[in-house]
Amino acid sequence: MEALYATTTGLLAACGVYLTLRGRTFPVVVGLTLLSYAVNLFLFSMGGLAMHGNPAVVGAGSPAADPLPQALVLTAIVIGFAMTAFVVILAMRARGDLGSDHVNGNRLDDSKEKEDTK
Amino acid sequence: MLQHLIVLPIVLPLLVGAGLLLSRATSPTLRRTVSLVAQALMVAIAIALVVQAGDGTIRYYALGDWQPPFGIVLVLDRLSATMVLLSSLLGLLACLYATAGIDETGSNFHGLFLLQLMGINGAFLTGDLFNLFVFFEVLLIASYALLLHGGSKARTLSALHYVVLNLMGSAFFLIALGILYGVTGTLNMADMAVIVTTLDPGRAGLMEAGGLLLLVVFGLKAAMLPLYFWLPRAYAAASAPVAALFAIMTKVGIYSILRVYSLIFTDNAGALADLGRDWLWWAGLATLVVAMLGVLSARDLRTLVAYLVMVSVGTLLTALGMNTIEADSALLFYLIHSTLVTGGLFLLVDVVAGQRGKAGARIVRSRPLLQAGLLGGLFLIGTAAAAGLPPFSGAIGKALILASATPEQQIWLWPLLLLAGLCSLVACSRAGSSVFWRTSKAEPSGERIGVARGIATGGLISAALMLVIFAGPLANWTKATAEQLSNPAPYLESLLGKDAAPETAPPLKGDVS
Repeated sequence: MEALYATTTGLLAACGVYLTLRGRTFPVVVGLTLLSYAVNLFLFSMGGLAMHGNPAVVGAGSPAADPLPQALVLTAIVIGFAMTAFVVILAMRARGDLGSDHVNGNRLDDSKEKEDTK
Repeated sequence: MLQHLIVLPIVLPLLVGAGLLLSRATSPTLRRTVSLVAQALMVAIAIALVVQAGDGTIRYYALGDWQPPFGIVLVLDRLSATMVLLSSLLGLLACLYATAGIDETGSNFHGLFLLQLMGINGAFLTGDLFNLFVFFEVLLIASYALLLHGGSKARTLSALHYVVLNLMGSAFFLIALGILYGVTGTLNMADMAVIVTTLDPGRAGLMEAGGLLLLVVFGLKAAMLPLYFWLPRAYAAASAPVAALFAIMTKVGIYSILRVYSLIFTDNAGALADLGRDWLWWAGLATLVVAMLGVLSARDLRTLVAYLVMVSVGTLLTALGMNTIEADSALLFYLIHSTLVTGGLFLLVDVVAGQRGKAGARIVRSRPLLQAGLLGGLFLIGTAAAAGLPPFSGAIGKALILASATPEQQIWLWPLLLLAGLCSLVACSRAGSSVFWRTSKAEPSGERIGVARGIATGGLISAALMLVIFAGPLANWTKATAEQLSNPAPYLESLLGKDAAPETAPPLKGDVS
């Protein structure tokens, strides 16, 4: 369980960082989304991974998973959602304003374009 | 009523800001009045808070009456009261400047402006790390929209970089919080400060990783050397009142470093004592060097002021790295000075650019200004203060910082800080002489400064003189603030009760050394 969880989080983070470092806005946005998934998973695991626990009820007395990271993740998801929506709109606006979907607003000429696709 | 005062700098802009966002159809005059009245009220509240904090006790406000360490608390001490007053003053004057017309170049200026102030004030007041993250997000999302306000190619491009970088920053912030929560089991700063003193040495490494990751996030906000690339472009592209308000955004980063590191990673923290101070020292010096080059290379007045902000950030970071009461006190004095003066310079540059036709803010030969005497005088005072020349406030701030360095630190600090002042002086006098004196024969034209813009710009730049006149009381205040920061025991006691403060501190420190 732990190994699978850690691998998933790490893989998501690695893909997210790689995509965020790309030159075009679309991969950057996707990269940020993947990174926020990884962060949410990471945050979720911070109370410790407990399997087959009971719901956290005050006074129940049985072992339960730490509820605080769940609340934190919920907040982080909401904020991440809003930010993703904003950055998508901003990327589209940048495409319209700058006439290019490159993060620096550069127009890539054709030869460069071909090199990139190779 | 009085105990609810602490929450008002957050609730008031939230309610008024949300109301302004809802009522978009009302007349501009009404919106301006409501916004200005709300901000004047915030300044009054902030003054009341400073008076309250002046007696040296630490008050807290438990939201929803959930007591610490479980609930979220807002904490009022000298430092947070000072910062709230500073942000409210800057906000009021920047907003006054915007009412001269810039607020109507797009929609919802005042609502966003108030929400950004809410985020900034919240970040200054909160005593909970996750809540700090939430307020960072509030101030950031408002700043994204404000940066784009009015719209132009340069703004879109700089906003794209700014947003992507800050989203990465938020991701790192959450990772850091996750690590710190995983290690200590709490998010309350005071509680964390207590737990860290009795931390299992095996987990100290994780705690260190979390703490340093947090430093990266705050460094990004403060524009520390490798993380500053967003700043000059964003500040130069933003409209003047927004850039002026952004002058305090880098200081939010500085404040967060000061708060978190002086509370949690203190001498009591064993192996984690003074975590990151070396990094701050060297990164601050490096930031200073880069900012120096930036100031000299600026071809545009806005970029010039943006790099002056970076000079101040470098100075503040080095002072943070020194980590003594004297340095913290000097740092606070310099922080107040640099926030107000650079904010005023952003406004002034906008007025100047408005009277120069096509040349705008570029440092080139152009038509003479309509009000060359007045604007030139303000420019002289503002830039001389920013460069740290006597008799203005920058000189006192710099002298205090220089005086607080130990002999080993002086070797590095004195030449670099004085050289930074010299570079700022050279760049500003070159810029000033070509803008105000090297003029063509054309007829002066453009917009006069007017009453609202005059009060806003003059008010902020006059801080350069006021801070000198009231340097004595202010220096006493910052000294008291630094002393309060250096001794976290009363802070912990007032939040967590008498038995919480770590009396095990001296033996623990002994064990390590």
